Parts: sequence; C-alpha cells; structure tokens
Amino acid sequence: MKYVDEYRDPAQAAKLIKEITRLADKLAEQRGRAVYVMEVCGGHTHSIFRYGIENMLPPSVELIHGPGCPVCVLPIGRVDDCVAIAEHENAIMTTFGDAMRVPGSKRSLLQAKSLGADVRMVYSPLDTLKIARSNPDKEVVFFGLGFETTMPSTALTVLKAEAAGIGNFSLFCNHITIIPTIKAVLDSEGFQVDGFLGPGHVSMVIGTRPYDFIAEHYRRPVVIAGFEPLDILQSLWMVLKQLDAQDARIENQYSRVVPEDGNPAALQAINRVFELRPFFEWRGLGSIDHSGVQLTARYASYDAERKFAVPAVAIAEPKSCQCGEVLKGVIKPWQCKVYGKACTPQTPMGALMVSSEGACAAYYQYGGGPRQIVNEQIVDDQPVGEQPIGEQAA
Amino acid sequence: MCLGIPGKIVAISDSEQLLGIVDVGGIQRAVDLSCVAQGSESLESLIDRWVLVHVGFAMSVIDEAEAQATLAVLTELGQVQEELAAMQEGES
Ligand code: SF4
Repeated sequence: MKYVDEYRDPAQAAKLIKEITRLADKLAEQRGRAVYVMEVCGGHTHSIFRYGIENMLPPSVELIHGPGCPVCVLPIGRVDDCVAIAEHENAIMTTFGDAMRVPGSKRSLLQAKSLGADVRMVYSPLDTLKIARSNPDKEVVFFGLGFETTMPSTALTVLKAEAAGIGNFSLFCNHITIIPTIKAVLDSEGFQVDGFLGPGHVSMVIGTRPYDFIAEHYRRPVVIAGFEPLDILQSLWMVLKQLDAQDARIENQYSRVVPEDGNPAALQAINRVFELRPFFEWRGLGSIDHSGVQLTARYASYDAERKFAVPAVAIAEPKSCQCGEVLKGVIKPWQCKVYGKACTPQTPMGALMVSSEGACAAYYQYGGGPRQIVNEQIVDDQPVGEQPIGEQAA
Repeated sequence: MCLGIPGKIVAISDSEQLLGIVDVGGIQRAVDLSCVAQGSESLESLIDRWVLVHVGFAMSVIDEAEAQATLAVLTELGQVQEELAAMQEGES
C-alpha cells in the first residue's frame, strides 16, 4: 500500500517524538507538572490505545481521554426510557449495534429484545424508514445518538420521512453537541488541561470556527487532528509548539477532510430539524446546559418523547462505578474499583466499557497486548514538516 | 459509527432522492449523497469519487490516498469488519 507509508514513516514518528519530548520537558519544568492534552474524540482514544501512543510519549506530557464517545455518556435514565418505548407492544425500536448494549438500570435494549421487545439493529437511520413502510400498523422509532458527525444523517432522515409522508416513524433523540460539552469540561472545577486535540469528523460537519472561543476566551490551543498515528503525534506536537510560544489558536492538521466552514448541506439539515435543549443529562458528567438537541416544534410529530409516555426518571449511577472520574481524567480506567473484575466488555457496568471508543474498553482491549515500539533511528536531513500529512507527497 | 468508512461511488441510483451506490470493501450499498452533492457540478460527476460514509450518508469527498489511509487505520482498529457486518446485517 503505497499511500499508507507516508502516514506510517517510523523516522518521521521518531522525529516527532523527539520534538514532543523536548517541548514537553521544557513546558513541564515551567509548570512543575506534566502538560495535559485532552483528546475530545472517542475515535482518537481508540487510535491512541491501538497504536500504543501513550507508551511512546515522555512522562512530561499526559493525554486525557475526553468525553467524546456518545455511547459512553448516555445516562442510565435515557436507556431506561428507550427500553420503555421498545417494550411498548406497538413499537419497533431501531438503533446502531453499540447502543443496544448500553446497560440501563434494569436491562439494555439487547436484553429487552431477548425478552421479546421488537428491537432491530440498523446500519443507517434510513433503514428505519424502510421498516416503517413495511410495517404500517406499527410505530417505528429510531434511537438516534451521536455528536454532529451523525446528527446530519438523523436530520436528513426526518426530512425524508416528511417528504415521503411517512407518519409512523419517530425519533428518540439523544444527539449531543460538542461545543457546550467542551465548555462544560473547561469550566469544571479542578480541570487542568493545557490544550486540545480537536475531533476530526465532528469538525468535518461544523468546521473550525466554532472552536474559536476556546482560543479567545480560554486561551487554550486546539489542533483538529486526523486518526493516523502520525496525525495524532503531529497534532500533539502542534499543540505543544503553541504552548511554548504562549499562543492559543485553532489549527487544522486534518485539512484534507475538514473544511474551515464545515459541510453546509449537513449544517442546513441540522438547523432545520433540531434546536438546543435547555439541558441534557450526561453519564458521569451530570447535566450540561444546551448540550443536547431535540426536534423543533415543526417536527414535533416525529418526536418519540411526545408520542410515548416515557418514565424520564434520572437514575443514579451505581456507587462502584467511576465512569465520571475517568471521563474527567481524574482517574485512569484501571484505577476504577470494578475495572476488569465486575466490569468487562462482556459484562459492562459502565458505558465506557461498551464501545471500543470508550476509554475503559480501549484500555481493556489493548492493555495487555503488544505495544508498537518506535523505531529510534533519526534521519537528520528530513525536518519535521509543518505541512499536513498527506499533502507533502503530492 | 463515528469514524465512518471510505467507499467509492459507483453509480447514481436515484437522482431525485440523491441516492448513489457506494462500494465499500466489495459491499455495495445505497448511500445518501445530500451532503456531498452541494458543491459538486452534478451528481454524475461524483461517480468514481471516494467518499467518507457515516451510517449510510456520504459526508465528505476525499482523495484516494486519504481513503486508503483511513481504511488502513480502520482495519487495524478492527472497525472495518464491524462496519461491513453492520451494513450487511442491518435489517432493511
Ligand atoms: S471500569 Fe466500568 S464502571 Fe469503572 S469507570 Fe470503567 S466503565 Fe465505568
């Protein structure tokens, strides 16, 4: 594969690590503590564990795994509501595979299905419309979740249902939005993060400008990053360089996919169909203002929360579960008392163990596995490039 | 779900509904093109282009190098099999 090589060049990785180490050591000495950089996106978390990136880094820089896995932050009460709708005799519930396994207070959707509820896994929300067409006497509910990456697909599905006059389709909306979430994390007490690796695919939809406040108001650098190991290392290096220059800007390392203005058609669909909720409850993080979206009044007839009476009870998380602390970076997954014992990917207690993008599942999956060793040889005449990876060969 | 998967548009199946057929790792599936249609001259001009597909929606036109690199990461993350299985299993 000729293309992949330029994202995998060990000499380039070694150079980046050398530069990262130099800068991080210097910054850590000034601060009297390690430099903390948060990756917001669950895809990055997965990639970081898969490639053993943490093991390549010096102790002077620490990655904090942020709240960017939508499955992981779904609160128990919402899962219970979803199960209640699914168990309605007239309902068919559809959703993505991962969402079926998130534990509720009594059962997950998967368990509800084994008890007889009609729950179906779909690949795309559009599949739900097909199911609605072929089951006209049932109410077919899509359990929609995700950040701005999947929000347009749900919005477009609602618009298509309207255009096609499909009345027995509705949405149980659990979509969340990234900006208020980052803001809540920044405002949370005792939160010490020096900079961010910005999410790649959320930014593909929303563009780079919505992050401006992080630089302007909070004076923290953000580098929107791709998912290849070299992308992540290069982005981390860019964050450290900004910190070293006492700069705070939004940089786009992933410009090969992320346009500055985002995707206009996707944003249009989102804005037509959704509005911000006053607040939304997160697992582990509590309630965050304006962090969720709901259907606007115009599309209220597609809102499953209005069509079905849902219990809507907030359920406390089990005491032994420390997902919140892990999400905020206060403890590492293995420091949770039930990690690997009562809580494993097969028997998840917390949602961070469910999705491979959750920090606990990622640690569990790769924790004992072989780590990639960086090739230490340095090619001296090849400086670390400023250009985004993937454009330099062109 | 969040990482998406690259595929190549091989045909336009319904220009009114903005649907195309995308080949993802040998599996062909109808994919919504609304988000990549804006900004391209015509739907037909998208044929043979690579796109990043998220839950049945093409979200971004990418070049082949990016597509191969993304596929390589996804393969190593064990996500390609998952996505393909979901595409096939998903009830329709
Ligand atoms: S080990 Fe389980 S309960 Fe503990 S933080 Fe991780 S997911 Fe939550």
